[in-house]
Amino acid sequence: MTKMTYREAARAAMRKALREDPRVFLMGEDVGGYGGAFAVSLGLLKEFGPERIRDAPLSESAFVGAGIGAALGGMRPIVEIMTVNFSMLAMDQILNNAAALRHMSGGQFNVPLVVRVATGGGRQMAAQHSHSLEGWYAHIPGIKVLTPATAADAYGMLLAALREPDPVFIFEHATLYPLEGEVDEAVQLMDITHASVTRPGKDVTLITYGGTLGKTMQAADRLAQEGIDAEVIDLRSLRPLDAPTILASVARTHRAVVIDEGWRTGSFSAEVSAQIMENAFDDLDAPVARVCSAEVPMPYAKHLETAALPKVEEIVDAVREMIARHG
Amino acid sequence: MCATTLSQRPPVDREHALFLLQEMLRVRRFEEKAAEMYSLQKIHGFLHLYIGEEATGIGAMQAFSPDDAIVATYREHGHALARGIPARVLMAEMFGKVTGCSRGHGGSMHFFDASRRFYGGYAIVGGGLPIAVGLALADKLQNRSRITACFFGDGAVAEGEFHESLNLAALWKLPVVFLCENNLYAMGTALARHQAQTDISRKAGSYGMASNAVDGMDVLAAEAAVRQAAQSVRNGNGPFLLELRTYRFRAHSMADPDLYRTKAEIEEWKKRDPIVLFQSCLREWGFLEDSDLERIETKIGAEIDDAVQFAEDSAPEPIEYLLKDVEGPVTT
Repeated sequence: MTKMTYREAARAAMRKALREDPRVFLMGEDVGGYGGAFAVSLGLLKEFGPERIRDAPLSESAFVGAGIGAALGGMRPIVEIMTVNFSMLAMDQILNNAAALRHMSGGQFNVPLVVRVATGGGRQMAAQHSHSLEGWYAHIPGIKVLTPATAADAYGMLLAALREPDPVFIFEHATLYPLEGEVDEAVQLMDITHASVTRPGKDVTLITYGGTLGKTMQAADRLAQEGIDAEVIDLRSLRPLDAPTILASVARTHRAVVIDEGWRTGSFSAEVSAQIMENAFDDLDAPVARVCSAEVPMPYAKHLETAALPKVEEIVDAVREMIARHG
Repeated sequence: MCATTLSQRPPVDREHALFLLQEMLRVRRFEEKAAEMYSLQKIHGFLHLYIGEEATGIGAMQAFSPDDAIVATYREHGHALARGIPARVLMAEMFGKVTGCSRGHGGSMHFFDASRRFYGGYAIVGGGLPIAVGLALADKLQNRSRITACFFGDGAVAEGEFHESLNLAALWKLPVVFLCENNLYAMGTALARHQAQTDISRKAGSYGMASNAVDGMDVLAAEAAVRQAAQSVRNGNGPFLLELRTYRFRAHSMADPDLYRTKAEIEEWKKRDPIVLFQSCLREWGFLEDSDLERIETKIGAEIDDAVQFAEDSAPEPIEYLLKDVEGPVTT
């Protein structure tokens, strides 16, 4: 095990893939000379050269589409999209081509493309750089949606994604990049289809992923001080969604709170809640609760942004209220 | 009378000339049959016919080898036939049968054939261009000498993806031949009503890309121009934009009442029907007798009849396979 930051873990995974597989290359805005907007690819240009670390023009649709075409042509592209808000400019290629090609072609073509996308708020980047739209992507059949919350997952998920035959989107919450964790660099093929129980508990299941895992763990610690033993599930993958792990937990705890930095309406948290309702209704002692971002374009000012994002206290309060009201 | 731009003397041998005529007629008869099958409710959804534009696709396809990649649009029946995908699997696709080239998942707008490097019909206007750029990028990164042909219409020129793709291909000197089949209408909007610069070939200049424009009703001129463009790309000069000026005789799709242009305009263009034009040249050059035409039509008729019969007789995709090809095992 090696201690490294989330950023270093993603970089180490890319470096390993670039060294071991000549089909792998990285393409995106400022991934080369600049070193990546979040410095994830810093140093890779020097090591692998401009053919494999390709700075792309500000043309999200063209370079995501080119990634799809290159994947069809036998390569294993890693495409970096600077933020999830920018990925909207490539949505045609993602939805209409990457996700559809296998089925639309009757199974003749597959698109082994990995797209890394920075997501999430908390850095005062305001309304065009801060949203958590990975839930939208989880709506799309034909792609996988991964949300590494730890350095170990940032490393292992990227390498596993490169072994997938179909498009994989990896959403890296931008506040996670400097966080350190233990990484197993010898990991062979990480399991990317299962959620993990980050903290076992018996009184309530807190279900989250990505950037809100830390807040959720803090909330669990607070609840423990009050004698409430919370189980924390890190979903890790939004599509496919590991429903069995969620349902098994709810069957034990009889209570569930979903914590998601996305907006509440029509959201991924709603999907998780619906699946619990559909499949574990009789296990529940209380309605599923949700802690989400406020329904507002992300504001710039610190106090407003903080107010808009899910907070530790909100998670704690949701659990307290659930237990107080429903026992 | 022969009025093509290359009418002075036969620029090709008789065998190739008759092949081109046969290919254009195949497309014409296939499309006529498709329209008939649509009216009989054997074909559903959208059906965009290529009638009138045969010379561009047939002429163009002569410039590409089986190693090259083809990216096409939702009006891709002609390209698919020219590429050698059998008429019967195309008809079966439109009938929604499992024997179709996309197992009935795609329909008229989404023909695919991996074995012929036919990367598909794309029905989001402009959406195929970035794919073509990526295919060419893969070839460049793997030091392969093959090239990619990318067909699209004049409507695509208004899309951001057109400009992004031309820039990227030119910037990285990628081996793509961009083939704009300008039929003067983006669905129902005339070129002059959607483009500030109606000379599409000139747009390449903004990207430092070589370009040309050619009469797309003249199959020999189209073939020659595409061969020249493809050769330039094969020679490592980077991408090329070729505008093929053509016209569709039928409505945009079977659902289109064709209210946005006059009958007189259509009739005027029909005087330049690429098949009629070419036939008159062939007769003038002594390449074509009535018996030749009869022989060709008989052969095509049999092929089209077989296509319909095959489509009719084929089974649909078993319903239990509905979700089979959404995600898959490692295949490449």
